[in-house]
Amino acid sequence: MPKATSDAKLLIQSLGKAYAATPTNLKIIDLYMVFAVATALIQVVYMGVVGSFPFNSFLSGILSCIGTAVLAVCLRIQVNKDNKEFKDLPPERAFADFVLCNLVLHLVIMNFLG
Amino acid sequence: MAGGLPALATLLLLLLAAAVAPLSAAVRPVSDAHRSAAAELFAASPDGSFGDLERTYEAVRTFQILEAEKDKSLTGKACKLAAEKLAFPSSSPAKDLFHAVRIISVLRCGVDSSGYDDVAARLKAVIKETNSLLELYYSVGGLLSIKEQGHNIVLPDADSAFHAIKALSQSDGRWRYDTNSAESSTFAAGIALEALAGIVSLANAEVDPSMIGVVKNDVVKLFDTIKSYDDGIFYFDEEHVDATEYKGPITTSASVVRGVTSFANVASVKLNIPGEKILGLAKFFLGIGLPGSAKDCFNQIESLSLLENNRAFVPLILSLPSKVLSLTSKDQLKVEVTTVFGSSAPPLIVNLVQVLGSDSKVISTENKELQFDLDNNVHYLDISPLKIDVGKYSTVFEISLQEPEHEAIYATGGRNTETIFVTGLIKVDKTEIGISDNDAGTVESVQKLDLQKDTSVSLSANHLQKLRLTFQLSTPLGNKFKPHQVFLKLKHESKVEHLFVVPGTARQFKIVLDFLGLVEKFYYLSGKYDLELAVGDAAMENSFLRALGHLELDLPEAPEKAPHPPAQAVDPFSKFGPKEEISHIFRSPEKRPPKELSLVFTGLTLLPFVGFLIVLMRLGVNLKNFPSLPAPAAFASLFHAGIGAVLLLYVLFWVKLDLFTTLKYLSFLGVFLVFVGHSALSYLSSTSTKQKTA
Repeated sequence: MPKATSDAKLLIQSLGKAYAATPTNLKIIDLYMVFAVATALIQVVYMGVVGSFPFNSFLSGILSCIGTAVLAVCLRIQVNKDNKEFKDLPPERAFADFVLCNLVLHLVIMNFLG
Repeated sequence: MAGGLPALATLLLLLLAAAVAPLSAAVRPVSDAHRSAAAELFAASPDGSFGDLERTYEAVRTFQILEAEKDKSLTGKACKLAAEKLAFPSSSPAKDLFHAVRIISVLRCGVDSSGYDDVAARLKAVIKETNSLLELYYSVGGLLSIKEQGHNIVLPDADSAFHAIKALSQSDGRWRYDTNSAESSTFAAGIALEALAGIVSLANAEVDPSMIGVVKNDVVKLFDTIKSYDDGIFYFDEEHVDATEYKGPITTSASVVRGVTSFANVASVKLNIPGEKILGLAKFFLGIGLPGSAKDCFNQIESLSLLENNRAFVPLILSLPSKVLSLTSKDQLKVEVTTVFGSSAPPLIVNLVQVLGSDSKVISTENKELQFDLDNNVHYLDISPLKIDVGKYSTVFEISLQEPEHEAIYATGGRNTETIFVTGLIKVDKTEIGISDNDAGTVESVQKLDLQKDTSVSLSANHLQKLRLTFQLSTPLGNKFKPHQVFLKLKHESKVEHLFVVPGTARQFKIVLDFLGLVEKFYYLSGKYDLELAVGDAAMENSFLRALGHLELDLPEAPEKAPHPPAQAVDPFSKFGPKEEISHIFRSPEKRPPKELSLVFTGLTLLPFVGFLIVLMRLGVNLKNFPSLPAPAAFASLFHAGIGAVLLLYVLFWVKLDLFTTLKYLSFLGVFLVFVGHSALSYLSSTSTKQKTA
């Protein structure tokens, strides 16, 4: 059992070490995703406490967070230099796409918010 | 039966009243009703005054003519109002002075008459200066009123004033208001004639008779423009209706009557106006009945008074005290001939020259002289020798004055047409009721009924038989009569009623009820039916609703799908009662969480953002990549500002804007954002590639 614990510890440490090597801009994106998902979770908890009325507002809030997180994932994929597939794509272009998608997403969200 | 009979009888009475009512609204002389109407229309305001000077004059003049009692305090108030106006003549317009002087004249106020010299001087000055017809009219009228109160007023240059007014006359007998206006007006013609008459009275010497003759021709021409209705009513109205100047037929006619009567009183010549038109004007004013406004009331009463009291043409009104004559009580056809205020006429003869039926069919053209009843001042005639039956008739009367010299004073208008309504008892006979078999042959039972007596029959029938009812109606003169309403009513024990119109021919009224065709309509209800017959007409004095008896009806059993009789209301009037209230159900609002909890979670959603910022700091994120050159820096700032603006727009969309407005703004912002975004990001891109290559 102690072995398993130390294994897990080892695993997490190696994971942390490996992650420390990640470029800062990717870390920022990761952080952003964590922030978005955390916000979505808090809304889910709120719904669990008081019920889902008004449902469209609840959906808007959740989808806003999840949607922007998904978009951030896409951004991360495109920005990551290890992804050979997107080698020719400048990160600025990827960021522009991210901004555009977010604006379209939130226009829909606001319309649905009621 | 007990409930239905009064209801139907009321209906018949109402119909009778409706049929007779329009006849009563005809020309009758001025009566007490006018006095109470005037008292109502000229009711003083709470502070005890009648309003402005003009209205006050109209009120006191109307009361004077009607000889109505006036309150002392009202008189005092009116006198004070007028005296105040006269205190400063130089600053008041001629119109105010005119009305004020006339109020004092009517009420005989005890005012200090020394101020009249100033007033007269002021009015004379106005006459000299102005060329406006209204100003001349007010000034001359004011001076005339002062003269009538016993002051010595002489208009020095009467001829020039006369010419000034005459210069405004038009070729068709109408007048213009001043030299600048192009429109001619009938109202102005009346005013001008009154002013001319005033000038003739005020002149120190005789006015040129040839000028009087010219004006006389103008009056005749003016009367050529008079308008008329079919029934001998004449009135004046403006040819061209102008919104600003238009005064309506009553005011216009009153103005002409005022002008023509005052001119006829001062001019020594006879005016060639047909008596028919004068009578028509009198009928027009009387035909108004009780006026609706104070102005109309004043115009009506004053015009009638002028027509009654002038020297040249006093209209005599022929009227019927009662327009409904009963053949049963042998009513006499009574005719009153009076002046417009109801005073008695000079000796005259009234002839009935023609009687026309309702379809303009000539009934009688025999000339019949009406007897005169001196005590009651009515002319009367027995109608029985005329052989007229029940119905509606036009009667034509001719008035002839007995003394020839009266012809020059009174206007009788020749023929007068009046509508009368003759009623009588209608005889019902040959009433037969019976049951016959369906194959039209044998009549099983026929019973004769006498509707004058209270007889009742009892019949029985089945669905293969028919009910027959026949009767005849005849007028007192033995003619056939066809009333407005003939109904047969069958009423079942369960109060289900059926109403049938009894068709009538010239010979008789006959209804045949074939029960075979009616079983469905009768809802297959067998049993005892009450029979009622209703006959009604406005000319029928014995309109009736009578129970005939009852009928025992034997109808087949109702099949499955037969309609059910409608539910009978317990109270027949309950259907007019209030309807059942409709209660609306609103959706109850969803339960909302407590406010505090929601606020706490709003705060909680901010926590990840705070955490996001903290971790960003720890990562050592900086803005060193932000462009330092002014142009790219400006583009970058604008890019961020643009994103911020779009998000702000979204918030506004959420709060108050609609989708289309939002999209409109977004299209502008989007273009801007694409432009600055492209600039900013391409600069960043070029710097990063430079770094790489370097």
